[in-house]
Amino acid sequence: MRKLLSLTLLALAGSTAFAGGYRVSIQGQKQLAMGHTGVAVVNSAEVAFFNPAGMAYLDNKFNVSVGGNALFAETRFQNSQYNWTASTSNLGTPFSVYATYRITDWLTAGLAVYTPYGSSVEWDQNWQGAHLVNNIDLQAIFVQPTVSVRLGEHFSIGGGPIYARGSVNFNRNITPNPLLSDNGDPADVTLDATGISAWGYNLGMMFNPSEKVRLGLNYRSEIIMEARNGDATFSDVPAIAQGTFSNTRFNADLPLPAEVTTGLSVQVSEKLLLAFDYNYTLWSVYDALVVDFENSVPTSVNARNYKNASTYRLGAQYVATDKFTFRAGWYFDESPVQDGYFAPETPRNDSMGFTGGLTYQVNKKLGIDFSFLYLHFDEVNNSYDHYSDPTAGTGDILPFGGTYKSSVFSPGIGITYGF
Amino acid sequence: MKNKYIYIAVLAAFGFASCEPEFENEVNADYTAGEADFTSYVAVGNSLTAGYMDRTVSRVSQQYSFPNLLAQKFALVGGGEFTQPSFADDVNNLGGLMLGGAPIEYGTGENQYPTRLIIDASEGRPENIAGTSTIEVSNVQRTAYNNMGVPGAKSFHLLTPNYGDIGVVAIGLSNPYFARHATSNAATVLGDAMTKNPTFFTNWIGANDVLAYATSGGSGVDQTGNPNPLSYGSNDITDPTYFAGVYSTIINTLTANGAKGVVATVPSVTSIPYFTTVPYNPLSPAALGGQANIDALNAALYGPLDAVFTTFGEPNRVNPLSGTSANPILIWDVDAIDRTAEITGGLMLQGVPAPVAAEIGAAFGKARQATANDLVVLPASGVIGTPNANASATLVALGANINGVSYPMANRWVLTANERAKVAAATTAYNNAIISIASANNLAVADMNAILNQLVSGLRIETGQLYTANYFSGPSNEGAVLFSLDGVHPNARGYAVITNEIIKVINRHYKSNLPLYHPSYFPGINILPTN
Repeated sequence: MRKLLSLTLLALAGSTAFAGGYRVSIQGQKQLAMGHTGVAVVNSAEVAFFNPAGMAYLDNKFNVSVGGNALFAETRFQNSQYNWTASTSNLGTPFSVYATYRITDWLTAGLAVYTPYGSSVEWDQNWQGAHLVNNIDLQAIFVQPTVSVRLGEHFSIGGGPIYARGSVNFNRNITPNPLLSDNGDPADVTLDATGISAWGYNLGMMFNPSEKVRLGLNYRSEIIMEARNGDATFSDVPAIAQGTFSNTRFNADLPLPAEVTTGLSVQVSEKLLLAFDYNYTLWSVYDALVVDFENSVPTSVNARNYKNASTYRLGAQYVATDKFTFRAGWYFDESPVQDGYFAPETPRNDSMGFTGGLTYQVNKKLGIDFSFLYLHFDEVNNSYDHYSDPTAGTGDILPFGGTYKSSVFSPGIGITYGF
Repeated sequence: MKNKYIYIAVLAAFGFASCEPEFENEVNADYTAGEADFTSYVAVGNSLTAGYMDRTVSRVSQQYSFPNLLAQKFALVGGGEFTQPSFADDVNNLGGLMLGGAPIEYGTGENQYPTRLIIDASEGRPENIAGTSTIEVSNVQRTAYNNMGVPGAKSFHLLTPNYGDIGVVAIGLSNPYFARHATSNAATVLGDAMTKNPTFFTNWIGANDVLAYATSGGSGVDQTGNPNPLSYGSNDITDPTYFAGVYSTIINTLTANGAKGVVATVPSVTSIPYFTTVPYNPLSPAALGGQANIDALNAALYGPLDAVFTTFGEPNRVNPLSGTSANPILIWDVDAIDRTAEITGGLMLQGVPAPVAAEIGAAFGKARQATANDLVVLPASGVIGTPNANASATLVALGANINGVSYPMANRWVLTANERAKVAAATTAYNNAIISIASANNLAVADMNAILNQLVSGLRIETGQLYTANYFSGPSNEGAVLFSLDGVHPNARGYAVITNEIIKVINRHYKSNLPLYHPSYFPGINILPTN
C-alpha cells in the first residue's frame, strides 16, 4: 500500500491544467463525479479537502482515498484579420491523497495532499502571441494536516494548516519586433523558480439539522507564492542587446486566491443523494504579475486585474447495488478574467462542466472510483490590451486577441479504502 | 454486469478525448477575391515595387516587396504563383550590383550600386555592410517575372526599348536591374510584364519622375512643357503632360485584356525622412566651437556678407551667427541673385587684391543662409562641417572652406524652397493624372501620397501602433520606424504597412475580403555590433 502510494505520487507529481484562472477543480474522484460538490457531502476521506469538518461524520474509523486524473486541455486560437491560427494541447495530472483516522468519538485526524492550482500551456515557440507567452508550467502541491471536532450530534468544525510548495516555469519573447532576433530566432526569457513554499489554512464547519440534510461552509485561505531569486535566462539575444538582457535573478509573487464555499446535500431516498455547492473565489488579489529583475532589465508589469468569481455546482449520487454507485454532476464556472485582460497564458472564459463516474466496490473495504469531466467552453472573442512593445518607443498599447475555443476532458481513477 | 459498466466508462472516455475544439467559422471562412481575379498578378513600378530598401535590393529585402506580400494574401483566394527576379546569387544578402566582377561607377569613381546600409553600433551610424556584392548583372536571366518593379525606372522607361540592354549597362544607357532579367535586349518592362497575361495588376510608377530631381537637391531641370524625354537628364522633372500620356498608355496596355488593378500615387518629399531628418539649422554655438570662433566667423565672413546683401536690399539673406541659438547652414542657391561682382568690388575697396577678391566673390556670389523652407537632404549630415574639396587654395588658407559654415553647401545638398515648389507642382500634376486615368478605367487608387503624408503628424494603424516619418534614432524606438536607412524607401515593416493600405483599397473597391499583415512582427533596421 505504502509502495503504491509513493509510486503514484512520483508519477503524478506534475499537476497542471485549466478552469477559472489557474485553479484546477479536481480534488477527488467521487466528488468530481458529482460536479465537484462536497462542502456538505460526507462520502469518503475526500471531505478533508471539501470541508474538514465533515471528517467527523465518516462511518469508518480509517479512510483512505487516492486518485489521479489525466487532464487533456486543448485551446485553439485564430484571428481572421491577420489570418493567424495557433493551438495548444496539454496533458495535466492532478492528483489527491486523503486519509482520516477517528481517534475518539469527537475527534478525527486526517491528512490531505492535493493540487488545487496549476497551469500548463504550451503554444508553438514564436507563435504570434509569443511576446505574451510561449509556454508556462505552474505547479503547486498542498499538504494539509487536518483535525475535525464533533460538537454534539448536529454540528462539527474542522481545519488545518496548509503547507504549499510550488514551482513555475515561464517563457516568452521579449518583443514581437524581430529586431531582437538572432538569425530569425527571437530573443526570449525563461523565468524559472522552484521550491517556493508558503503557508495557509483550510477551515470548515458542518451542520446536520436532520438525518437527511447537511449544510456546509468552508474557507480556504489565500496563499501568496513568493518566488525569490528565481533564474531569469535570456536566450537568442542579439549582440546589440546583450548588455541589457543578461541572465539574472528575479522576484515575483503569484497569489493562489482564497476560496469560500457553502452548500448543502439532501438524502432524497436511501439510494439518492443530491448536493449543491457555491464557490466564491477571491481572484481580485491577482492584480498584476510583476517580475522584478535583479539587474538593469526593466521591471515587467503585466496587468491581470482578475475579478472575484463564482462557481455553481450540482451533483447526484445513486447507490444502484452493493457493488455499484453512480454519480453525475454539472457546474458553471465563471472565469475571473475580464474583457481586455484575456492573456493566452490562461485562455479561459466561462465554462460548463459535465461530470460523471462510478464506484465499483470490490469488497467491504476497497472500492475503485472512476470519474470523468468534460468542460465546455463557448467560442470567445477577446484580447489582451495591456502590452506595449518596449522597442516601439511610443508606449502605444499593442492589443493581442482573436477567437479562442477551448475544451477539456479528464478521465480519472482512484481507490477508496476504509474499515 | 460489471464488465458492461466498465466498457461504457471506457467508451465515454475515448469519445470525449477525441473531442477537439472547433470554431463555428474557420479563420479563412470569409476570405474572398470579390470581383477581382488574382490568377495572374503582375506588379509594375520602380524600386518601391522591387522591394528596394537600405539603398539596394537584396535577396531578403526582395521577399518583403509589397507585391510579394500582397501575392501571399492573394494566394488565399485563388491567387496563382508569384515570381520575382532571381537574387539567388546574393548568397550573403549584401545587395549591391557588380558588372563583369567590378563595381559600376559610370566614371564617377564611386560605386553606384554599393551593398546595403546597416547601422554599425560601434560607430553609431549607417554604413554599407562590409563585403563585396555577389550579384553579377551580366548573368542575365532572360525571364519575365510577376514582379516587374525596376529600381530607378521613371514612367516612360516602362515603354522604352533597350532599357534592359545588357550591352550598354556599362556606359549608363540602360538599367542594370532590368538588364538582369529583360527577355531580350530590345524588350520593354511593360512588354515583358504583359507576357504574364495579368488578370490583376498594381502600378506604382512616377516617383522617380520627380524624386530624382528632389533627392539631388534640385540639381536637374524642370522639364515641364518639354515632352521629349530624349533631351532629359537623369535628375530632371518629367513634363507632367508627357507623364499623363505615358501613364495612359501603360494603363491601356495593362487593362487591354480586362485586367483589374490598383494604381498608387506619388508620395510628397515632405513625408520622406531623406528630406526631413537634417534640420536647416544644425549649427549650435557649441558645434561652431564656442563664442570666440563665432566672433571670428562673423568678423571675417558673415558680417561682410551681411553688409553687402543688406546694401543691395536683402537684409536677411545672411545674418551674423548667434552665440545663443542654433544657426542655419550657409548654402549655394542657384536661384539667388548673383552678387559675385558686388562682393568682389566691396573686398577690393577694402584693399583685398583683385584675384583674391574675385575668388571669394565667386564662392559666395549665390550664397545665403538656409531657412525653414529649405530641405536639407539626408546625406548632407555627413558633409556639413567638413572641408570642401573644391574650395580654392586661397579660401583654404583663409579658413573659408568648411561646408555649411564658412563655405556654401553645394546645390545638391539642399532642396530650396523654390525647388520644393517645382517638386510639389509636378507631384500634384502627376497624382491628378494618375487618379483621373484610374477613375476613367474604374481602377482602385491607393493614395500613397495621402497615406504617407499622415505619417508626418503620425499614422495610428489598426494594430494600435503609431508610426511616423522619422528616421531611425536608436534601438528604443526602432519598432516605430517605417523607413529604411536610405531615408527614401520603406523597410520591411514599412512595406507591410503599405501592403495593408493596398489590401484595404482592394477590399473596398473590389468587394474582396483579404486579411492584413501585423507590421509589429516585421523587421525594421538592421543593427550590427560592428561592421
